[in-house]
Parts: sequence; C-alpha cells; structure tokens
Amino acid sequence: MTAASSPATASKGGKTPKRGGAPKGAFNARQLWTSLPDALRKLSPRVLWHNPVMFIVEVGAALTTVLAIAQPFLGHQVSGGTSTSVAFTWWIAIWLWFTVLFATLAEAVAEGRGKAQAASLRTTRTTTSADRVVDYADDDPGALHAATTRIASADLTLGDVVVITAGDLIPGDGDIIWGVASVDESAITGESAPVVRESGGDRSAVTGGTRVLSDRIVVRITSKPGETFVDRMIRLVEGAARQKTPNEIALNILLAGLTIIFVVVILALGPVAGYADAAPTVPVLVALLVCLIPTTIGALLSAIGIAGMDRLVQRNVLAMSGRAVEAAGDVNTLLLDKTGTITYGNRQASEFLPLPGVGDDALVNAAALASLSDPTPEGSSVVALAKTLGHSPSSSVASESVPFTAQTRMSGIDLSDGTQIRKGAASAVSAWAGSEGAIDSAVASELDRIVQRISQSGGTPLAVATREPNGGARILGVIHLKDVVKTGLAERFADLRRMGIRTVMVTGDNPLTAKAIADEAGVDDVLAEATPEDKLALIRREQEGGKLVAMTGDGTNDAPALAQADVGVAMNTGTSAAKEAGNMVDLDSDPTKLIDIVAIGKQLLITRGALTTFSIANDVAKYFAIIPAMFVGVFPGLQALNIMQLHSPSSAILSAVIFNAIIIVILIPLALRGVRYRPSSASQLLGRNLLLYGLGGIIAPFIGIKLIDLLVALIPGF
Amino acid sequence: MEFWLFLAQLATVALLLAICHRPLGDYLAITFTSRRDLRVERGIYRIIGVDSKSEQSWQVYLRSVLAFSIVGVLIVYLLQRLQAWLPYSLGLPAVPQGLSFNTAISFVTNTNWQSYSPEATVGYTVQMAALTVQNFVSAAVGLAVAIALVRGFAAHRSGTIGNFWVDLMRGTLRVLLPLSVIFTLVLIAGGVIENLNAVHAVHTIAGATQNIPGGPVASQEAIKLIGNNGGGFFNANSAHPFENPTAWTNLVEVFLMLLVPFSLPRAFGRIVGDRRQGYAILAAMAVIFVVSLSLMTWAESAGGGAATQAAGGAMEGKEQRFGILGTTLFGTTSTLTSTGAVNAAHDSLTPLGGMMAMLNMMTGEVAPGGIGAGLYGILVMAVVAVFLAGLMVGRTPEYLRKHIGAREVKLASLYFLTTPTLILAGTALSFGVPGVVQSVEKTTIFNPGQHGFSEILYAFTSAGNNNGSAFGGISANTPWMNAALGCVMFLARFVPIVFVIALAGSLAAQEKSPVTTGTLPTHRPMFVGLLVGTILIITALTYFPVLALGPLAEGLH
Repeated sequence: MTAASSPATASKGGKTPKRGGAPKGAFNARQLWTSLPDALRKLSPRVLWHNPVMFIVEVGAALTTVLAIAQPFLGHQVSGGTSTSVAFTWWIAIWLWFTVLFATLAEAVAEGRGKAQAASLRTTRTTTSADRVVDYADDDPGALHAATTRIASADLTLGDVVVITAGDLIPGDGDIIWGVASVDESAITGESAPVVRESGGDRSAVTGGTRVLSDRIVVRITSKPGETFVDRMIRLVEGAARQKTPNEIALNILLAGLTIIFVVVILALGPVAGYADAAPTVPVLVALLVCLIPTTIGALLSAIGIAGMDRLVQRNVLAMSGRAVEAAGDVNTLLLDKTGTITYGNRQASEFLPLPGVGDDALVNAAALASLSDPTPEGSSVVALAKTLGHSPSSSVASESVPFTAQTRMSGIDLSDGTQIRKGAASAVSAWAGSEGAIDSAVASELDRIVQRISQSGGTPLAVATREPNGGARILGVIHLKDVVKTGLAERFADLRRMGIRTVMVTGDNPLTAKAIADEAGVDDVLAEATPEDKLALIRREQEGGKLVAMTGDGTNDAPALAQADVGVAMNTGTSAAKEAGNMVDLDSDPTKLIDIVAIGKQLLITRGALTTFSIANDVAKYFAIIPAMFVGVFPGLQALNIMQLHSPSSAILSAVIFNAIIIVILIPLALRGVRYRPSSASQLLGRNLLLYGLGGIIAPFIGIKLIDLLVALIPGF
Repeated sequence: MEFWLFLAQLATVALLLAICHRPLGDYLAITFTSRRDLRVERGIYRIIGVDSKSEQSWQVYLRSVLAFSIVGVLIVYLLQRLQAWLPYSLGLPAVPQGLSFNTAISFVTNTNWQSYSPEATVGYTVQMAALTVQNFVSAAVGLAVAIALVRGFAAHRSGTIGNFWVDLMRGTLRVLLPLSVIFTLVLIAGGVIENLNAVHAVHTIAGATQNIPGGPVASQEAIKLIGNNGGGFFNANSAHPFENPTAWTNLVEVFLMLLVPFSLPRAFGRIVGDRRQGYAILAAMAVIFVVSLSLMTWAESAGGGAATQAAGGAMEGKEQRFGILGTTLFGTTSTLTSTGAVNAAHDSLTPLGGMMAMLNMMTGEVAPGGIGAGLYGILVMAVVAVFLAGLMVGRTPEYLRKHIGAREVKLASLYFLTTPTLILAGTALSFGVPGVVQSVEKTTIFNPGQHGFSEILYAFTSAGNNNGSAFGGISANTPWMNAALGCVMFLARFVPIVFVIALAGSLAAQEKSPVTTGTLPTHRPMFVGLLVGTILIITALTYFPVLALGPLAEGLH
C-alpha cells in the first residue's frame, strides 16, 4: 500500500477544467456567421451526396432555379388551376437553397466547435528533439552508460527508447521503463498540478507533448508517428474520424425509406392530377416534396452526432468511437470502483492511535505539524481533525517542509530546532525511524497490530514518527485514514435505478467493509476482494444475460476487463495498456464521470429520436397548407382543407417552404445542446418527449406557417 | 334509436369476439408450438417427404412459401384454362388467358379480386378444386408467415423459424377446416344455400323468366370469411340473398371475418411469453376499427342531399335488410381485414364513406387485418414505432427484448414502402402511359370525373393490399387492368412476405436483452397510442394527395 498522500491522486476531483477556446453549451449568431464559409463549401454535390435527404433538396433547388430562369420563355404557367408567377418560382428556388444552406450550416457550426479545440491541441504537437538510446540493453536499464543520439521527435518509431530529463518535452507516447518523474500534463488535461509517473506500476504511461518537471526517466515509445494520443484527439474533436454509429445508420435507413415514399407520392401526383386537368407545375411539386421529406432531421442528424462527441470532449472525455457513446446510453450495469468514485479518492483522517507510552497530545500535535504544509486532502483532513481535538499548531516556527516523493513515500517537516517529523506508509516510516537505532520490539508489534486492524477495516494507516535533534527517533502512533462516501451519490444511484441501470461497487476491501460502504452509498450490489479476474468474470456473466456493462479502470491488469466491457473508460493517469483497451479515456481521471457519460449517451439518442418525431409530425401541417393550395383552382371544395386560412395558393406553398427552412436554423441550438434530459423511467421519458416533440411537432407548424403567411401575403404578387 | 341499434350490433360482435378470442387464441398458440403431429398429418408428411421435426432457416422457409405459392398459381391457372373438359362445369368454356392469370394470382395471394362474374365464368369444379382450395391454403400461408415472425420474436439465438410445411398443414387441417365445418352449419341454419343444383329457370307471375342459380354456397361462404378471402360465389357477393340472407347472418359473417385476426394477438402474446403484449396489439387494432367504423357510419348517415335526408341516410346501393349500420359494419370489417367481401355497392357509398373504405385498406390492413397478414403487418409497424419512440427514451430501441437495429429498420422500411409504391405506381401508370390512358378512360371507367378516378384508385388499393373488394363501376376485365392488377397483387403479397420472413430470421438470431425500467414498455396505453399514431400518420402522409384528388375533391363542397 502506498501512502495515501500521493500527489498523483491530487488531480482527481469533480471539476472539469476547460481546454481551448470553444464555447461550452452556448450558441450564438456569431458562430453561424463564422461557419458560413464552411457551410458554402459543403454545398458541393460531391460532399452532400452522403446525405441523401439534403441531396434531393439541392437537386430540387437547382431544378427550380433553372425553371425560374426559363419561365419567362415558357409562357403562362398554370399549376392545379392557379397561375403561378415568375416571382413565385424565384422565391421558392431561393428558399430551397436556404434549406440546403441551413443544413450545411448546422454541420459546419457543430464542426467549428471541435476545430477550436483541435487548434489548441495542435500547439502541443510541436516537434521537439529526443535523445534516442542507441542499443538499449537490459543490463543498463537506466541507460546511464549507453550512447544517445539526438533526433527529431517525428522520426521516433515504435519501440525506440528515449531518455528525458527535467524540463524536456516528452517526444511521444510511451511507457516509463526506468525512473520516476513528476510530469506537467496540463497541455492535455488542463490540470496544472503535476502528476507523478513511475516505471513498473499503473502510472507508467506518459503522453507526448507533456513536460517532465523533475528527475530523469527512460521511456519506451509505444505509438507510431502520427498516431499518438494527441493525434487521435485532434482527429476526434475535428470530426474527421467520425463514423456513423449503429443507431445513426438505422435512422438514416428509416429516413431514406420515408424519402423514397414521398418521391413516389410526388411522381405519381403528376399523371394522376393530369387526369383532372389539375397537374401542378414542377416547382410546386418540388416544394411539396421538400416539405414532406424529413429535411429537419436530415439537416441536423450529423450535427447532433458531432455535438454529442463534443459534449464528451468538453467534459474531458475522449470517446474513441461514436459506437461507444451510443453503447453508454444502453448500459444496464455500471461497475464502479469504490475508490475515487463512491468514496473520496483521498481518505480522511478519522482518529489518532498513539503507541504505548506516547501521549495523545504528542501524536496529534506531531501529526498536525507534519501535515501543515501537505497540500493534499489527506493532509488537510489531518489538520482539520487535530483542530477539532483542540490542536492548532502554526508554522510560525521557522521550519522547512519535506514534500512527498515517490521514493521516500513520506512527507513531513523539519523544524528550525532540528526536530524532524515524518508521516507516511508504516513500513517507510519504520525504516526511517529504525535507521537511527533499533525500534523496541514491543512497539513494533503494537504498531503492526494497529496497522493490521486499520487495513482490515478498509482504512489506511499512516504512521507518524519524530527524530529529535539529538538523534533519538521514535514512532509516535498511527493516523487512521478512512473512506468517506461522497455526498449526493445515493440520489444519483437512485436516478440510475430509475433509468434501469444497476450499480455494482468493485473494491479490494473485505466483504464486511465493502458491504458497509455499499449500504451507505446505496449501490445495488458489491464485488468485494475483487481481483481483475473477478471483474472480468462479472462482466462476462452480466453480458451472458444480454446486458451491457460499463466500467472504469486504470491499471494494466484492468485492461482485459476494459476491453471486455461495452463501455470501458480508462483513466488518463493509467497505463497505456489500459488506455488502449478502453474505448474512452477520461483526461480528468475522475471515475464518477461514468454516470455523466451514460447521461450524454442517452441524451444523444433522445435528441435524434425527438427531432425525427418532430420532423415527421411537421408534415401534417404542411399537407394542410400545400394540398388545398395545389388543387383549389380546379376543385374549390378543397378550400375546406385550408384550415389555416392561408392568404392564397402561392403564399401557402411559399410559407410552408419557408417554415421548413427556418425550423432547421431554429433547431440548431437544440441539436448542439441536446434535448433536456432528466433521469427517469422509460415511460416518463417517452410520455414527456411524445407530448413535446410529437404533439408539439404537429401543432407548431400550424402556427409557424400561419405567421409566415401573414408576412408573405404582404409581398406584391402573392 | 339508430345510435342504439348501431351500438347493439357492435356490442354483439364485440361480445362474441371477447368470448371466442381466448380459447381460439390459446388454441392457435398451442397448435403452432406443439411438437405432436396428427396421424393424418404424419401420413401426408410421409407422402410429400417432409420431416416435421426439422426446422427451417428463414431462407428455406421463404423458399418454401414462394415455391408453394407459385405452384398454386400454375395449378389454378391451368384448371381455369382446362375448364371446358372438367366435370360440373355447367357447360362453361375455358376462362380467357388474361382473366385466368388475374384470377389465379388473385386467389393464391388471398386477395380474391374478381374481374369476372363468377356464376357466368367458373363452374363448380374450378370453384371447388381451384378457388376453394386456395381459399384454405392461401389463408394458411398468411397464418404461417405471421407465426414465423412471432417465433422470431420469441426465439433466443436461433438459426431457425419453424417448418413451413408443418405450419401450412396445421393451419389448414387444425384451424381453418374445423372452423369452416362448424360455421358452414351455422350459415346453413341461417338460410345460406348448399347444393349442387344447376341453374333453375323460373317464370315469375309477371311473366318474366328468372334464372335461379344453386351451388355449394354455405361451405364456400364460411371459408371465404374465416380465411379473409372474400371471393363471392355470386357476383353480388354477400349482398346476394343466397350468400347472406338476413341481418342475422350478416352479423355472423362480420364476426367470422374478425374471428381469427382478433384471436391472433392473443396467440402472439402467448408465444412470446407475455400476454400483455398481445393485448396491446389487440387494443391498437380495436381503436382503429372503432374509429373507422364510426366515421364511415357518420358519413353514410349524414350524406348530403335532400333525397338522402329523406331516406334517413345514403341508401343507394345498400340492401334494405341490412340498413346503413349493417352495411358500414360489414364494409368496414371487410376493408380493415383483407376479406374484400361486400354486402353493398361500395361505388354508391358517399364520397367520404367510400374514402373510409379506401383508407381502411391504405392503413395496410392491420386493424385487425387479413388472416396472419394483419398480425405481421402491425408487428412491422410496431417495429417502426418502437424505433422512433425507443430513441426518445435514450436507448437503442428494443421490441419484445430484441434490438431494432439497422437490419430490422431496413426490412421494416422496405415492407412499408412496397405496398404504397405499387398502388401509386399502378394508379399513376393507368393515367400516365399513353396507350393505357385511352383504355382506362374509354373502356374501364364508367363514371368520368373524380368518381372514376376514385374507382381506379380503389381497384389498385384493393389489389395492393390483397383485399379484393371492388368499388365497382369499372370494367376491370381489360388487358391492362388484368395484367396490372395481377402484377400488383402478386408483388404486394410476396415482396412484403420476403421482408417479413427475413425480419423473422434476423430477430430469431438475436439474443434477448434484459428488461429494466429503462426499457420502453410496449404493453401500456401510451404505446398503443403511439402505434396507432404511427400507422395513421404514415398512411395519411402517403395517400393524402391522391385522396385529395379523388374522394375529397368529390366530397368537399
């Protein structure tokens, strides 16, 4: 057990620092304007071809434009018994172009936000030089004697070994094979506190573009040039690596089906209406077609997908595939690591246990003094506990703090009078105290007993020792650091239960302790004394029953479980094996975020479904606008269907087309932000969304088209 | 008074169905899941070389359905062409080529569209050996396909969806045959004729000569209705007093049309292991049925014009013995199932009433729909509804614990694309292809104007949904109409069946996902509403423009 005050855990916290200059959830008109050039570029048929719905609109717009140009030479145009003017055709053509433009704009705006983030990431990718070890040999793991050559970081390949010293940029992704160093990873995580990276453990991975602040390390490069973590991040946030997710593909198929049906309807309408001498002109048919095919969702679909990934990036989570984001929405079981997720990663002092012959006050005072300059939550919790016991030592005495290092596994303080106080892992402290003379065996066994007891109860023992100026060292006692369950978790787990998601707490603790914490936190189940194999077996068992499992992990031994899980979130502090195995990486290394990831996955699906429903429901009103307008010249009785009392056939058709275009722009913010999502049961969610987007989708266009018609009626000639 | 009579009739049918759907639904479920064969079945399996214990993959099942049906078309075609040499042919000649083609497809596809006047075209042998046999087996095919889809939902990682030959045999021998025997007797008791007499010439008091036909009518009538076939023994179909003599038999006939389709949801619920799922489907069917019936009854009772008002309703083309209520109940039932039998001239319905008959078919006939076809039709729509709604609860959509992914959506989309495309294409080509337009306008349509258009639209809608009812008022026995309607009937029956069986295979291969509170519940009223809404919106969006040019243009003033 390492000392709990390892600064490597210092970055674990609930905050999500911002990186880059992209705005968070906000959406403003300026974004529309700056994305306009990209939107225009996307109008190219070669690009638009991938979106069949909008491609049809573009073809229709082009056709209508040609007809508008030709109309003066074609003579009088009668559509369904109503004559149409050149101006009408032009208006239709213009608004059809707007419809396509608004669609490409939505996508451009969504991509634009990612681009800003990519730009800030690119700055970390500046090429640097690296000291590559020539002929790295196992008998010289520190490469202290081996020769090095200086090469550009871009020339590094898989398996190269490089030496990095304090102040250097790490030239590429890799694993530390020798040494310990503190590393500034703020370029990627946005977190300014340095983290400790060391060889051999679960914290051996380093990321290219981050900076070594102290010590000297030897790193074996694990990524090919151009495929580093940062490269992948850039591709992800730019949307270049975006592939359509399974549900998106299915939805596209449904939209294509609906589009085909409406194309058939429109094609049939010509000859059928011709029988009654009510044949509509091509621009009118195109207008009807564009209004009927699901343009709203067709225009916003890719923006919704990009924005969903973007929402994850904004929370410092990188999803390696959109499939993973969707799977997150489908998860049935969450495997939550106790430490850091359910309890504060940093345990808190709960009691002071003096060794025989040591006064309470002596221990409390020493512990508090040793912790004064310890910035970690554990440290401050010791000071806080001491204060409640009436001890508030001040560091007014001239003193020098001794920070924690990965090698000593202790921290403490050297007072000006020469007294040294240390606290840390019992073994390390014993060794430190014992080095100045043998420790009394009775004290040692009592220390052992206390340490054992605390460990078994799931707590962390922290030994405290002093060394007088005269050289006499002694161990004072033990601080009991205990798990504290995070506040507010019980409610979140209840939310998850309402969503039908089971939570399982995974911990290395013994079953008794685990059960106590699980009950306090309100999780559904617990896997105690869990080994990585147990974890893997649990995931397999859940998946047997058709369930989808999500988990977090950081160690190399978590890698098989991460790979097996449907959603595996690797902590950025973890090993490269873990990061490779998972399908998401959390840059903040905050395991609680798994719950947010599930919410984002669900929100993504709901947004798609809601806008599809809205889009289809809209058609009802558009029919009532266009169909009577199309044929009322021949069949005046159809005026009865003009329930919106629209001004004229021309104004009715144009109003429907304008509404159809404008609704896309109106919904862009919703597509980017995602619809409001509150954890609740499927029934409640469906009821609410059906009411809002189904019924709302039927009613809204009646009002919208009527209002637009009032304006269109003012245009001369309508 | 009229309103109460209407309610009483509806309540009688509802009560009969409420009593019968349980035992029949359970019986259907047991029949199609049992491992035991009857002795007679074992004999037949030995003759045709089928191992009743071996299950088929969806591809093999599909090939069996198609092979059986295509052979059926050939047999019915040949028997008609050879009629002159067959016994009991009443001296009728061979049926012409085009008509034989149309009729063969019509009966094999369970459509029973009749481009001919039966009593003047087919003798007793063709009637019984060709047409009646198909009345049984085409219905059994529909039943088999529906059961295959239900098995797909019920299966867990299975490569097979049952054995078509076993399903066909059981549907015919254990379900349709016993039901027909029972209700033939009921109909005979009600006054429907059953004999092999030749045509009698009768001299009336006024001195005119009337030809009174005979025939095995009651036995034909029972399967015509139970199997949702609809092909009448006489041209007048169920308006003929020998087919449907009284208001009482009228009610029995309505009940027979609804019997199996309204019992299937219970069988479905039982097989998938959750009866509530079956009742949700049943509820959606019932809601559409009652709303549609009410609208048609309203249209016919309200009907415009002074004469109508004086008669108390639009009585033109209706039988006095049934009245408006007996007619709309029969008409709605016939067009919402795939029966297509009529007890009135649908051509004479008010424009809006006639539109309801068309709309009923345009829903894809899912409320309750044709035998088997109604169930698989509404289950495919449920898949579409679940996909839309499932996304809105934030999960990959699931129906009956099966994921609705790209493949399922693709098959469902193709399913609901097929029929409208065929109907609209057929109608548009009738008015769009130069040589055809003249034939349609000059020969086929008797009533020019929008009513004539409605008649053509009705014909293609009826063929495209394998209904078989006719608006009338047209001569469909022309080369174009026989060929076009024949093709539409064939494609509209078997192309969707391809997608349904493929869907069954795809669902069967999936594993079942667990049910949690995060799963969209598909047995609650909200889902019923969603399903009804999806069906209505997709129907309305597809057909609104053509309806506006037909019945709406005619009916709105």
